Amino acid sequence: MEKAIFKRPESLYETPFHYCPGCGHGIIHRLIAEVIDEFGIRERTIGTAPVGCAVLNYDYFNFDVCECAHGRTPAVATGIKRVRPKSVVFSYQGDGDLAAIGIAEIIHTALRSERITAIFVNNCVYGMTGGQMAPTTLLNQKTQTTPFGRDPKKAGFPLRVCELLATLDGATYIARTALNNPKNVLKTRESIKKAFLTQIEDVGFSLVEILSPCPVNWKLSPVDSIKWMKERMIPYFPLGEFKTPFAK
Amino acid sequence: MTERVIVAGFGGQGIVFMGHLLCYVAMMEGKEVCGIPSYGAEMRGGTANFALTISSCEIASPVFSNPDTAIIMNQPSLDKFEERIIQNGLLVINTSLISREIIRSDLKILRVPATEIASQIGNLKVANMVILGAYVNKTRVVALETVVESLPSILPEHLYKFLSLNSCALREGARYATRLTTDNHQL
Amino acid sequence: MKGNEAIGEAAIRAGCRYYFGYPITPQNELTAYMSKRMEEVGGVFIQAESELAAINMVYGASAAGGRAMTSSSSPGISLKQEGISYMVGAELPGVVVNICRGGPGLGNIAPSQSDYFQATRGGGHGDYYTIVLSPSSVQESADLVFLAFYLADKYRNPVIILGDGFLGQMLEPVEFKNPAFGRLPRKRWALTGAKERPPNVIRSLYLKEGVLEKRNWELSKKYERMKKEVRYEGIYLDDAEFIVVAYGICARISKASVLLLRAHGLKVGLIRPITLWPFPSGVIKEVRDKIKRFFVIEMNLGQMVEDVKLAVEGRTSVSFYGRPGGGVPTPEEIYKVIKDGKGYF
Repeated sequence: MEKAIFKRPESLYETPFHYCPGCGHGIIHRLIAEVIDEFGIRERTIGTAPVGCAVLNYDYFNFDVCECAHGRTPAVATGIKRVRPKSVVFSYQGDGDLAAIGIAEIIHTALRSERITAIFVNNCVYGMTGGQMAPTTLLNQKTQTTPFGRDPKKAGFPLRVCELLATLDGATYIARTALNNPKNVLKTRESIKKAFLTQIEDVGFSLVEILSPCPVNWKLSPVDSIKWMKERMIPYFPLGEFKTPFAK
Repeated sequence: MTERVIVAGFGGQGIVFMGHLLCYVAMMEGKEVCGIPSYGAEMRGGTANFALTISSCEIASPVFSNPDTAIIMNQPSLDKFEERIIQNGLLVINTSLISREIIRSDLKILRVPATEIASQIGNLKVANMVILGAYVNKTRVVALETVVESLPSILPEHLYKFLSLNSCALREGARYATRLTTDNHQL
Repeated sequence: MKGNEAIGEAAIRAGCRYYFGYPITPQNELTAYMSKRMEEVGGVFIQAESELAAINMVYGASAAGGRAMTSSSSPGISLKQEGISYMVGAELPGVVVNICRGGPGLGNIAPSQSDYFQATRGGGHGDYYTIVLSPSSVQESADLVFLAFYLADKYRNPVIILGDGFLGQMLEPVEFKNPAFGRLPRKRWALTGAKERPPNVIRSLYLKEGVLEKRNWELSKKYERMKKEVRYEGIYLDDAEFIVVAYGICARISKASVLLLRAHGLKVGLIRPITLWPFPSGVIKEVRDKIKRFFVIEMNLGQMVEDVKLAVEGRTSVSFYGRPGGGVPTPEEIYKVIKDGKGYF
């Protein structure tokens, strides 16, 4: 008898992703779906759809999803989790949603140690609105609203979210990973697993920041984007676990 | 029967507590009642006041310009409310803190050295209960016993150690009022 | 009991188990009350980091099928408008209490009716309505909370309770009567986990051409059904030559003025809208032809007066008298306005 060794996770619909070529969202969706399948929690998972490129993620996720106002995703997730404490609730947020307009919500959700998991997709740019500066846009990086490159005197410095949240007592599992090579993709999957486990085991708040490519708005080819991640993003946003309840 | 009362004094003299207690007592006696702490433009200058209406029928407006009775704990409040009391209305004053003469000649006046009596009992803070006891005893708007019985419902639990002090002050005020003779200007 | 506390207790008795708030005067007693009572009944109380977070927690709790509520006062309600708009878009029930204070800006903490337009015209972005209930006593504050939760669930739409600082701070006896409303449908749309059913999605985004237009037409049919919930109190309408229209605490004060005017032989009636949206235009249309003048009394610069004028349709005169910025009229003041036969405009 033949045995399938690679198949579509049950937590994903059979719908092709609409994301741009080289975008990381498809990979992240799949990793989340795989982890949910692995834990067997699809029927008690409630996800969120943020304002941004992933707003239609419920077209792909085969479980309950709640669309949220920009930045309020962790507050909405809090409301859901408090009503359904046995559910597994995760927020899916971009860098604008989490680190700009919703920075208060993510900080206070972490401080309350809400039993939710935040999946934070950091691609250093606002994707859906056409490539404006994000709070995580690197210095000198050109965007639609920093056409001469991000100048800290005018536009401030990039925000390191994991380092910030790791200072909070309520934050339990905080990790940063990247999608720049298969090894790091697998590490990302491991981190997502640990983050969900932190919630399932009722230990506390968990967040995985995933450095993700956005070739279209970076105006680079997918291959050059991967290079840019390694040379520019990762040095500024170092990978690793900043806080963990698990033995190393 | 409708009695509109203003209770006024410094913040910290237990004005709102007096108002709250009186509301509760009226309710326990099955009367219609409506009370409101200082509001709007009146909320200034460190003075506190509480307006309440006790009635045997439905109360339309909780807001009124002219009280039937003013219970006045300090001089600034007297300055503010003396002219507002209705013709031939009742003025209850804390003479310990009010030295000036009453200007109006039509008012019935109940003079209670509330702060002094409270001090004799052992705590200045219960001057509010002294004057309340005097007012209730003289007007019988509610029964003194209901006021005493209602204290535990209004006093916060962490202040229960002062329950007997408060009821003692109410009774002392009532006793003082009984001794006062009634003539044109004094109840 | 204080109005604010009565609202809290009524919410608990109406089965609300999720309250999310942020301190602001003059509604703080309500938030404090909920922090204590939710603990006692095993419910959830969160002091959120902002009004934005609080209303979005309501959004999430409601999406998950819970009976949820938030409360605030005018400046905070402005912040909550984002969430209220999303709740209408996603058809989520919920109760929002506005203990209104003076504005614009930080204004003051005195009672006001300055948020009538905001409440009755949707309030946030988009094109929508919410039911707006206006109590005028502590008892009615409690009664309308029960009704608010029922109507919110019935129509899958947020319901606003528009009080003011006076009602919130006022002490009156109150009895909690949990009325028997009709049966509500099960919340099959709620996010409970996709077990033995296809996934549920709560959303307000409809990008495809024409889809949102169609949906908004569907929602408009719902708003039409909501209009049947109109409620008002009418006093002395049968023989009235003049009618005072006022709501909330202003109606209580006006009622005393009407009684005073009646005692002086003037045939004055009172219409007190209990639902501000839907507005009780029907009763005004019924009586308008025999009324010499409507007097609209509000604690603002004149907002509900526009709804009265829309209902009167120019058939008779409408005058307005208002006290903006935290002013509270007295019965004698209103008496004089009507006796003299003219308002501010």
